[in-house]
Amino acid sequence: MKKMGIIATKGTLDMAYPPLILASTAAALGWEVMVFCTFYGLELLRKNMDGIRVSPLANPAMPMPLPMPVFVQALPGMEAMASMMMKQKIKSKGVASLTELREMCIEADVKFVACQMTVDLFEFDKSDFIGGIDYVGAASFMEFAGEADVCLFI
Amino acid sequence: MSFDKELDTRGMNCPLPILKTKKALADMTAGQVLKVVSTDAGSVKDMQAFANQTGNTLVSSAEEKGEYIFMMQKK
Repeated sequence: MKKMGIIATKGTLDMAYPPLILASTAAALGWEVMVFCTFYGLELLRKNMDGIRVSPLANPAMPMPLPMPVFVQALPGMEAMASMMMKQKIKSKGVASLTELREMCIEADVKFVACQMTVDLFEFDKSDFIGGIDYVGAASFMEFAGEADVCLFI
Repeated sequence: MSFDKELDTRGMNCPLPILKTKKALADMTAGQVLKVVSTDAGSVKDMQAFANQTGNTLVSSAEEKGEYIFMMQKK
């Protein structure tokens, strides 16, 4: 059985997708998959993923309905608006929601693990995270990664 | 061509057609054929890649009026 290890480090709407898409697809192909969530990648493990957003700031490649100067992107409410618009687009284009993809990952036995150090660092409450995950350190990931065919840092 | 089960993934985007195909095949027995209808142009290459990696057979792949029709035989 092929193995893939993913280190998920980002917690924005655009960057939460690649780990979940690759993990769910690899699992569907019969791969064994581990996703190590560290720093902002811990957002992937929240019971409620509705708070995951995307910012137009420092994101010049993000398609905008109108050209938007940086000082406008920095205005209050712009991030919420951009997030809402992207979520609408995701829905209208038949792209799965993050929650849906994560459910499919779990159903297919993708192993999610959380970085204990980051949980301590940000004083996160483990009760905000989904159950069935282990809280581990780098050595645990390396044990899996050392045997993996594919390893990605996202 | 005859089939045992039909899966409608119209309107769904990557990776949903593949994930739904995998799920649908799980409920079927070896040799049975699943018909998958998709509107995702990426699924043409992906269904072949899915078959190559899982050992299921992509019996046919066709386009009809903007829809892609796949016949996948379970291993």
